[in-house]
Amino acid sequence: MSAAKQLPVLDTSVAPSAARKVGDLKPDLLLTQEHNMCPGCGEPLVLRSFLEALSELDVAQRSIGILGVGCYTSFGMTMDVDLVQALHGRAPSIATGVKRMRPDSIVFTLQGDGDMVNEGLQEVLHTAARGENVTCILLNNGVFGETGGHMTATTVLGQRTKNSLEGRDAAYHGYPILIGDLLARLEGAAYVARGSVHNAGAVARTKKMLKRAFEIQRDGGGFTFVEVLTMCPTGWFIPTGEGPDYMHSTLGEVHVMGELKADGRIKSTEELHEENAKRQQEIEARLAAGGLEEDS
Amino acid sequence: MTTTIKSRGTIKSRGTITIDLDTCKGCELCITACPPRVLSMTEHAVNRLGYHYPELHPGCTGCAACLFVCPDFCFEVFRYDEPVLTVIETVAEVAQ
Ligand code: SF4
Ligand code: SF4
Ligand code: SF4
Repeated sequence: MSAAKQLPVLDTSVAPSAARKVGDLKPDLLLTQEHNMCPGCGEPLVLRSFLEALSELDVAQRSIGILGVGCYTSFGMTMDVDLVQALHGRAPSIATGVKRMRPDSIVFTLQGDGDMVNEGLQEVLHTAARGENVTCILLNNGVFGETGGHMTATTVLGQRTKNSLEGRDAAYHGYPILIGDLLARLEGAAYVARGSVHNAGAVARTKKMLKRAFEIQRDGGGFTFVEVLTMCPTGWFIPTGEGPDYMHSTLGEVHVMGELKADGRIKSTEELHEENAKRQQEIEARLAAGGLEEDS
Repeated sequence: MTTTIKSRGTIKSRGTITIDLDTCKGCELCITACPPRVLSMTEHAVNRLGYHYPELHPGCTGCAACLFVCPDFCFEVFRYDEPVLTVIETVAEVAQ
């Protein structure tokens, strides 16, 4: 790092000639790249991933999103997708109605952990149990970010939040709900995955999960669920640069990344841990060799 | 004080990026995400929003890790058809 600092600064204001573009500024479905999220917030990374997935599957024109209530709700102003604003926690029920009335559309919800797991736990559980052909996307950061960073039902033991300053204590606050694991057990859930945005490899993998979920919905496969761990440095009271590592070592240890249920098979937490360790090695090797782009 | 050139070398860049400085919120996520560590934050300069922003040094591979992790959509990533070489002169200051 300090070695690089001694080196000259290159011009990054104009696109080079004799080069091919391998990454766009913003997804086509986002009207502007500007947004109101805090520095270092993980939510815009998920926004990019699912908007790109919708474009790549060429279903954006018939997609309808149902927004919960949280910081991410402000994306409703800049996303070029038809949207319905739900009351706190009720997005999966509205999604059910929309999908049943318009079975040809691709219906997804965008909710935070406070919205989905606290305010509206029964909505998502019943929607999954009924096997509704919709996709629920959960942005999980373990705090109510929008209202100041207090504890939610997914806050992990020991995690410091505004109303668990000494860390979440099982004896006093109870245990976290691992919503992905819970939903995977329901017969009606066809696909349950948990992504994360703590590094580039994880973001790429999360996008694949979102794409797979939309594909399953498109093909009439039933209820799909993608949870993504996102940084909330503001709510966690930590420097932005420490967000990814903090998240991976606290939330990521409990809410373990991976495809929890796919093709009718449920994976154990141990299995997921093992897979992750292997993948991380592969990704590091590929990054060192020069790119994530070949990722299929 | 006078300066003398001690050595010359070249650094190969297989790719490059553009940075939209004015939307950057200075979170530094791109700095640690960059595998060859060729991004660094400005120490003094700030953008329109008042944040320090990243600068690119030679050696980019065009891997797009910075783009994947930037919450504020500041990057475009390119790969050169032919790698670009930057000549580096290591300068030593010699006191008279
Ligand atoms: S409060 Fe947290 S979740 Fe909300 S925008 Fe800020 S960092 Fe993101
Ligand atoms: S494209 Fe890769 S090597 Fe180039 S600046 Fe971004 S992260 Fe670094
Ligand atoms: S990740 Fe994006 S917003 Fe954060 S410092 Fe880098 S360019 Fe700026």
